[in-house]
Amino acid sequence: MSYEGSFRVWRGDDDAGGLVDYQVEVNDGEVVLDVIHRLQATQAPDLAVRWNCKAGKCGSCSAEVNGRPRLLCMTRMSTFSPDEVVTVTPLRTFPVLRDLVTDVSFNYEKAREIPAFEPPKGVAPGDYRMAQVDVGRSQEFRKCIECFLCQDVCHVIRDHEQNKPAFAGPRFFIRIAELDMHPLDTREGRAEAAQDEHGLGLCNITKCCTEVCPEGIKITDNGIIPMKERVVDRKYDPLVWLGSKIFRRQT
Amino acid sequence: MTSTVPASGVAAPGRARIGQGTLRSDRWWLQPLLVFLGLTAFVVYGLVRTASQSYYFVPAYQYLSPFASPCVSASCVPGSSHLGVWFGTFPPMIPLAIVTLPLLLGFRLSCYYYRKAYYRSFWLSPPACAVPEPRAGYTGETRFPLIVQNVHRYFFSFALLISALNTYDAVKAFQSPSGFGFGLGNVIMVVNVALLWGYTLGCHSCRHITAGRINHFSRHPVRYWLWQRVSWLSARHMQFAWITLGTLVLTDAYIALVSAGVIDDLRFVG
Ligand code: SF4
Ligand code: SF4
Ligand code: FES
Ligand code: FES
Repeated sequence: MSYEGSFRVWRGDDDAGGLVDYQVEVNDGEVVLDVIHRLQATQAPDLAVRWNCKAGKCGSCSAEVNGRPRLLCMTRMSTFSPDEVVTVTPLRTFPVLRDLVTDVSFNYEKAREIPAFEPPKGVAPGDYRMAQVDVGRSQEFRKCIECFLCQDVCHVIRDHEQNKPAFAGPRFFIRIAELDMHPLDTREGRAEAAQDEHGLGLCNITKCCTEVCPEGIKITDNGIIPMKERVVDRKYDPLVWLGSKIFRRQT
Repeated sequence: MTSTVPASGVAAPGRARIGQGTLRSDRWWLQPLLVFLGLTAFVVYGLVRTASQSYYFVPAYQYLSPFASPCVSASCVPGSSHLGVWFGTFPPMIPLAIVTLPLLLGFRLSCYYYRKAYYRSFWLSPPACAVPEPRAGYTGETRFPLIVQNVHRYFFSFALLISALNTYDAVKAFQSPSGFGFGLGNVIMVVNVALLWGYTLGCHSCRHITAGRINHFSRHPVRYWLWQRVSWLSARHMQFAWITLGTLVLTDAYIALVSAGVIDDLRFVG
């Protein structure tokens, strides 16, 4: 089946812009990115859109479809009825460069602020040995494709530009969780830093990050909440604090 | 919507100029509305029932409502004080289970799931994903009072004790004037208690205590096994949170109706 679909696509740059109406052919089995490409090929050759893999694995094509943060290449046209107007805009938490392309460098800056994996002294890469059950939790977070949809939807920065300096965002909370839960990471103080330097306390666990993650990572349940509990151990729970002074805890 | 979007958010300089706070076209307001109505209904029911100080006990079968357990006031009807009488008579409106209710309220209020539920539906922070919240300022859980949410694990310890008490009440209720007895009220109480355990043990603080806090599951097989069970419950914590609100009301309402003589308990034995 093939039909003429109605689209509204945001066109513009950081100075000005707006939604522009288009009629574009839609065929069976297509995704929104296919339609955007057809639009580029037939009516709007200068339309800017970022993409690479068309397989939901590179995290490049993040945008918002009908107001929801989505990967353009993983949003099937069959989820819309043929008479529905489909609205496509760039991510609304980051500065726009042009059309559907935003400047996501905020996320790379935040990534650099997190200290890297620190293996035990004398253990060289290639000599890491660990049990699968011990590393399983960290591996869930390695599925992240860095699409930054979770960063885009998070109201802490989406609705409050002023929080950006203090808040690393859900993608980096699971990076911290990955390292803090890692059986071979030896760095101390990751939980304290999550709270004091990366803004974990700003998260109010309303779970929008989990709702939008295309990899299905349980960002809140498996990453943020366990980190909040670890922060309580180190900072707010007098009994655990006392216990850790008296006994040397085995982890 | 446009006028309510603070300029600190999606209308901030540099971001794509769209004019509308959200372009979501689905009924995003439905879920926060239902949660608001559901939680409000439960709180109103609980307030009315506990303030009424009445119809919380069926002496013949020892059915005691979870909203009145433990009944520790001299105002409690004879036989309902399973843990003894600790206080004198209470003035009207004071809940008879004054010892446990504030702890249970604290447990549910600081629960990670209910936090999500009321931050979204009562405080609109955010009302739904990618829908702007109405206020320009936001400090999350970094300051008083919300930083106090971090004491959730202490409420969890109390909730364990209270679940044990509810279990005791449910077991004690297998009675009739002639000895052992068993009726529909028992079925309701047992189901309620089982689900309350499901809710309590699925707590994220419980998950953390069992093994979430350690990094080498392989060195702690028993804790790891417990963690896996708790993780199963914890993944369904929202469902347990809602179902137990329902079963609490059902248990209390059933006991109230039997106690008031509106209906007779359906007896299977005794
Ligand atoms: S759960 Fe926390 S990190 Fe995730 S979107 Fe909500 S506020 Fe942001
Ligand atoms: S956690 Fe999920 S939503 Fe966030 S960047 Fe990674 S893949 Fe994308
Ligand atoms: S193009 Fe790679 S994720 Fe969509
Ligand atoms: S009871 Fe819900 S997280 Fe603890």
